[in-house]
Amino acid sequence: MWFLQRVTAVFLIGVLAFHFFQLHFVEHAADIEFAGTQARMQQPFYFATMVLFLVAATFHGVNGVYNALINQGLDGRARTVVKWVLVLASLGLIVQGIRVAMAMAGVHIG
Amino acid sequence: MEEAYDRGVIEDFGRWREFSAGMWAWVFHKFTGWVLVGYLFVHIPVLSTALVGAETYTATIQGLESLPIVRVLEVGLLAVAVFHIMNGTRLLFIDLGIGLERQKVSFYASLLITAIIAVASVPTFISGVF
Repeated sequence: MWFLQRVTAVFLIGVLAFHFFQLHFVEHAADIEFAGTQARMQQPFYFATMVLFLVAATFHGVNGVYNALINQGLDGRARTVVKWVLVLASLGLIVQGIRVAMAMAGVHIG
Repeated sequence: MEEAYDRGVIEDFGRWREFSAGMWAWVFHKFTGWVLVGYLFVHIPVLSTALVGAETYTATIQGLESLPIVRVLEVGLLAVAVFHIMNGTRLLFIDLGIGLERQKVSFYASLLITAIIAVASVPTFISGVF
């Protein structure tokens, strides 16, 4: 977990900076339209990077919260409950994010 | 992190007078981390309007961007993200055993770079809304 937190950190440093730069400085957020989002998300590399970004950010963020709570003294049964709530919240966010990414790219299954 | 180093509870606000640079770096990293993960859990639901339809998505984003408060909060979000990136890079180097003896200087540099980038980004963020 310690190592994964560092690996995702290295990935996120680059991709988060790119994401902010792309969608606020290259494109102006106020001018964003679905068509532009779709054009970006239909590029396979961009799509894959954004999905990986979602998974890495969710893991890094939620694992960070979990570590912070343990540092605050979370222990025993409460720790187990919190752990599984966080795991479910993470999976929910990732599933929803992938559904959104597919809708943006215009990919429909079923 | 099964055996956490006991840094105490930062919510004991009276302790701030005792804090050294490294402690402030830890507090800021923790605070910006909470903000970023909180934002992530708001960002995906907002983007989920793409599931309703193209018009709803465009109207939602452009509607939010037309609010001055959103633009101000975006500058704040950028500052939070830049600090977390800069200080996170500092922590990665320290984990590798590089720069431990200069950890105070690198924390101050993180703050300075964050401030410069945040101030420099203000014109871009507020253009067309005020």
